[in-house]
Amino acid sequence: MNWEIVIGLETHAQLSTQSKMFSGASTAFGAAPNTQASAVDIALPGVLPVANKDAVERAIRFGLAVGGENAINRRSVFARKNYFYPDLPKGYQISQYELPIVKGGEIRILTKSGEKAVRLTRAHLEEDAGKSLHEAFRDSSGIDLNRAGVPLLEIVSEPDMRSAEEAVAYAKTLHSLVRWIGICDGNMQEGSFRCDANVSVRRPGGPLGTRAEIKNLNSFRFLEHAIEFEAKRQIDILDDGGKIVQETRLYDADRDETRAMRTKEEAHDYRYFPDPDLSPLEVSEKWMGEIKAKLPELPEAKRKRYQIEYALSLYDASLLTDTREKAEYFELVCRSLEGPAPKTVANWITGELSALLNDRGIDFSQLLISGKAFAKLLDRIKDGTISANVAKEILHGMANGEGDADAIIAKRGLKQISDAGAIEKIVDQVIAANPKQVEDYRAGKEKAFNSLVGQVMKATQGKANPAQVNEILKRKLAG
Amino acid sequence: MPLSLDEVRRIAQLARIGVSDAEARTVLVQLNDIFELIGRMQKVDTEGVEPMSHGQDLKLRLRDDAVTERDQREGFQSLAPQVEQGLYLVPKVIE
Repeated sequence: MNWEIVIGLETHAQLSTQSKMFSGASTAFGAAPNTQASAVDIALPGVLPVANKDAVERAIRFGLAVGGENAINRRSVFARKNYFYPDLPKGYQISQYELPIVKGGEIRILTKSGEKAVRLTRAHLEEDAGKSLHEAFRDSSGIDLNRAGVPLLEIVSEPDMRSAEEAVAYAKTLHSLVRWIGICDGNMQEGSFRCDANVSVRRPGGPLGTRAEIKNLNSFRFLEHAIEFEAKRQIDILDDGGKIVQETRLYDADRDETRAMRTKEEAHDYRYFPDPDLSPLEVSEKWMGEIKAKLPELPEAKRKRYQIEYALSLYDASLLTDTREKAEYFELVCRSLEGPAPKTVANWITGELSALLNDRGIDFSQLLISGKAFAKLLDRIKDGTISANVAKEILHGMANGEGDADAIIAKRGLKQISDAGAIEKIVDQVIAANPKQVEDYRAGKEKAFNSLVGQVMKATQGKANPAQVNEILKRKLAG
Repeated sequence: MPLSLDEVRRIAQLARIGVSDAEARTVLVQLNDIFELIGRMQKVDTEGVEPMSHGQDLKLRLRDDAVTERDQREGFQSLAPQVEQGLYLVPKVIE
């Protein structure tokens, strides 16, 4: 009998505000320890929290993006989650419990098996804890409270995913969305976006199995490996007639395994209750309307539109919409285009241009090629001035700031030779100089033809129009 | 539903309050009095009544997102029993 893997994810997205959730201390990453921890953050007696409007606005933006106005609770409540740990100076974390700001909504993911909606349970606002450093001192732990109070949106999915692949697709789509709507910088190395995975296995269609929660997943690769390891671990136990224990496990990337965290002597009992320092958070229709009006066109809407307006496949549309910058660049190029089809633009952007950005470690905002200039380059292929291969070379020149396509073509003498007479002359020379290949070709060896084409291209430094070369060469060899 | 002595010890443990056996017994009686009152309140029919989450009928005040705090580490850390390299030191904790 086979097993079905069931996965739900809890994601903490750090909201990209200047100041903290409940204090005016800076959230900048990398400051000297405790220099960005105010009296509120270190919980001096008598201080009171005051909520950050922009953090709330970002949470609303998220809710609108995943579920529209129905996903926004007009009234939500901050609650205290009580536990003791040295990096939590108040002895409680301010979070939301019974009434979170966002309820429901969904994230649509694309995997090899097609499109699928992953439902969201909720998303709530909370504050981050500080950081404990255990290694630096012998008998002490060092506490840095710069991170204490940083605003987080915890996004909780339903257990709707059935494989590590789906979980990764969900996490990537969510990661792309929070950056798209400008609520989180998505920097996983700095911990701005981190996932916990709830993993269980069951007989297909049967009741849910006991789950383990895996913490500490701050890369998509770790997420994938951790889920795969954990599912196999559980299946092995169940196949041997054992039982799964509900527990929290840590993923160890060095050993590629999950292991149980040392269990506390007693189970957690957070004793949530409404925070008396904070009255209920109300979202007016007016405020929500203003936030909605400012939302950019969302990736899903763009994907749909690209398929209709530009006749692209869902796959191409998805590749183009993994970041907002890429999608906007694509549209910019398409608007400036004279000849080529949007499909050509899509191929160039997701292929050569993405590779170039990758190689140079830059993104679209740092690219020196304007959408208009890129469109011109593609127009020059279409009108036969240059071949696609030469265009790649020019593209790199443009990225180096050497000027636009026409300037580089002129400067480097890259104009394609489309003069049939000139090409015929070179073809004649190549045929005369390579009797062996000519003989091979006539004897039915297709490879010999490619070699002859190569010789012609070499003789013209790649400038001959490849279609014309093929045609002329074929004609001459036949004759 | 009266509390047991074990539950009182557990509540004290969760709140990190040290109570002696004698104190636990006193607290048990006091807490049970409170629970008796709560029991009476729970008998009231609240069907259709929205749960109250705050004692005052106020909207949450929101502040603009601006950094208004300056670094006061030196002053704050002068209150701490042990500090090193800008970090507060606490007895070693490992999860």
